[in-house]
Amino acid sequence: MQVKPRTSEYDVCIVGSGAGGGMAAYALTQAGAKVVMLEAGPAWYASKNSQMLMPAYASPRRGAAKKTRPFGEFDACDGGWDIEGEPYTSAPGSKFLWWRGRMLGGRTNHWGRISLRFGPDDFKGKTAFGNGFDWPITYDDVAPYYDKVDDLIGVFGSNEGLRNHPDGRFQPPPRPRCYELLVKKTSDKLGITCIPSRLSIITKGIHGRQPCHYCGQCNRGCTVKANFSSPDVLIAPALQTGKLTLITNAMAREVTVGTDGKATGVSYIDKRTGADEHVKARVVVLAASACESARILLNSKSSKFPQGLGNSSGRVGKGLTDTTGTDVAGFIPAMVDHVPHNEDGVGGMHVYMPWWLDNSKLDFPRGYHIEVWGGMGQPGYGTLGGIQRYPGGGGYGQSLKDDYRKYWGTTIGFSGRGEMLPNDDSYCELDPTMVDKWGIPVLRFHWKWSDNEYNQVKHMQNTFRELIAAMGGEVFSPMPTKEQGYGISQGGQIIHELGCVQMGSSANDSVLNSNCQAHDCPNLFVTDGGPFVTQADKNPTWTILALAWRTSDFITQQRKAGAI
Amino acid sequence: MRDGLPVVSGQVPDDQVPVAGGQVPGAGGQVPVDADGVTRRNTLKLLGLAPLAAALGWSNGGIERATAYVAALDGAAEDEAAAVLKFFTAKEWPTVRMLADYIIPRDARSGSATDAKAPEFIDFMMMDETTSDTSRVAMRGGLAWLDNESRARFGKRFIAASDAQRRQILDDIAWPKKARPEMGAGVAFFTRFRDAVASAFYSSAEGWKDLKYVGNTFNPNWNGCPKPALDKLGVSYEEFDASLAAHRKS
Repeated sequence: MQVKPRTSEYDVCIVGSGAGGGMAAYALTQAGAKVVMLEAGPAWYASKNSQMLMPAYASPRRGAAKKTRPFGEFDACDGGWDIEGEPYTSAPGSKFLWWRGRMLGGRTNHWGRISLRFGPDDFKGKTAFGNGFDWPITYDDVAPYYDKVDDLIGVFGSNEGLRNHPDGRFQPPPRPRCYELLVKKTSDKLGITCIPSRLSIITKGIHGRQPCHYCGQCNRGCTVKANFSSPDVLIAPALQTGKLTLITNAMAREVTVGTDGKATGVSYIDKRTGADEHVKARVVVLAASACESARILLNSKSSKFPQGLGNSSGRVGKGLTDTTGTDVAGFIPAMVDHVPHNEDGVGGMHVYMPWWLDNSKLDFPRGYHIEVWGGMGQPGYGTLGGIQRYPGGGGYGQSLKDDYRKYWGTTIGFSGRGEMLPNDDSYCELDPTMVDKWGIPVLRFHWKWSDNEYNQVKHMQNTFRELIAAMGGEVFSPMPTKEQGYGISQGGQIIHELGCVQMGSSANDSVLNSNCQAHDCPNLFVTDGGPFVTQADKNPTWTILALAWRTSDFITQQRKAGAI
Repeated sequence: MRDGLPVVSGQVPDDQVPVAGGQVPGAGGQVPVDADGVTRRNTLKLLGLAPLAAALGWSNGGIERATAYVAALDGAAEDEAAAVLKFFTAKEWPTVRMLADYIIPRDARSGSATDAKAPEFIDFMMMDETTSDTSRVAMRGGLAWLDNESRARFGKRFIAASDAQRRQILDDIAWPKKARPEMGAGVAFFTRFRDAVASAFYSSAEGWKDLKYVGNTFNPNWNGCPKPALDKLGVSYEEFDASLAAHRKS
């Protein structure tokens, strides 16, 4: 029996306002649905609240990190791996770091705007390589939505015809910085593919947004909306339809279920008053982030769903992955005594290296892409630290001051970002004893890298060292040993956690079907990183956006058909 | 329509594009400019060039907002906190100041660490929420080590020693790779202290000028790096474009 609405029932309740929640709110309100959105943090719009163009010296802290802004006080994103009052635990022998963005727009305020499509092989890894997993959908299923996301949000790049790095509907990319040309030239010598990067920063004005003015500070949020963030690009237009009700400081606790097993709405805590509140909705969309959505489902226990909602397969929390990462930087003598010029560009690299090798000749499956950084960034807190690593070896006085001038901006660094294969030892579950300050049971993480990832990261290290050597440079740090994991990041450190609410073709071994609809609950959907079956050697946001739009269109069709 | 105009490729002829500081850009869209040539006030002037900015894709509303925004930041920059010691003791303070100026002295191009109020900034950050108790102990202990070392060698505190005596100690701890193992504690302290002074000095307005940093501006006509910078690295945009084209064909 369906629970009938009495007061202010919404068509859809969306939990979370980042890429997945913002996209769902945009698409569903455009389709005419009456939507309520719950966000655990306060309202925040880069167009109003950004610290863009604040010189480091205008702050007493010169841009140093804060507890709530681990990437520097000017960084847009209020959040971190440690949030007061909202703990999580790691099982003995495991260590996992869980980043949460607690603000309108979530992590879209934080990310590097690297906007890469997953390729055909990324959706069919098992078929293509004989290991890992296949998604229940193909690149062709998602491609029309990638196109729509490109057009709505805007992304610059270049069409290169690389098979597993699909082209897009790109705006013109900015020219590389001079040191990036050196990286390209060196990559050519070493046979490494190096192409213009693909970032969701607009170089031509679209939809009332200004084009980039090249201040290089995308991470602070853009006052003219030249880069993508969910609040300015998706939520603001959704609010303009008059169909969206936004409730901030709302910490979702549980999806409520009727006697018929269908979702009836979401219970949440008003963080300002501590009051327990509830919104009723005909459809519930979770977009709270992969692990937070899993946590909400596991906490949504009822007599009908004693293991938590959508968890009859026992798969909620399973299939947790993060991107592998390691960094190497070096001093490049050719860059000594720079020619003063404005090198800011966009807030990110202008070139990058997509995966270029054949794994059949390597001791690890799957690849990585390489991100490039260096040069003359805005001098702020920590500038010119570690001068003893340069040829002068340290010192003091006039010779040191001359060295600082000589060596400023002479670093080039490479960051590898690679695909991890899901494994049975990496997952999250409810901690049996701990609750957060709102009384909500917290997550406990289990985490393990396998030799797949260690060998891949070792390859990154060797490649980056080769690149720096080929530029005539000197690497700052010795090659990390096997015991040091070859310098691999900790689980969760790259902030690309995916899975935990995975889609699949069978209700026995997945939580969602190929439309991101819960097998166990037809009016429950997930539009964040949770549905991902696998990682790829690409950042996940563009795929989160495309899948969220695709899922929203499915919800609209189902509502029209009267199915949900 | 604004939306249809490519910005990056520079539709406006180069010789009509004023840049901050009133200089005319070269082929790369920019010429190297001295740090003094690009000020925030000049940025305001650039933003005032409404017809040009509109051609580049900026609406009048955007320019007004940007202008007001930069003006507000200029005000904020002048609002420096008054110096009241938060961490260092009255006894430590003269040593901190002296050591800072041994690291970054005044010269023809810029002032010293104390001119840029580097010690005040270090003092402030020592009590920041992100500074650990371990770091505070290391700072206090390092200053004490310096005095202990000076007393052991010369029978007086570091500030009371002669310039030559002080340099004798600094010479032993300022080059980690050359330092004797028994100087380990001094080397560790000095390396951290030098980083703190560099961070404080070069994140100041004085430090920006010294490095000839010319970024942090609204710069809608940015179009890559100028030729002298490209030539220095032996790279060119022609070579870049040709390489991409060759790979696309193959």
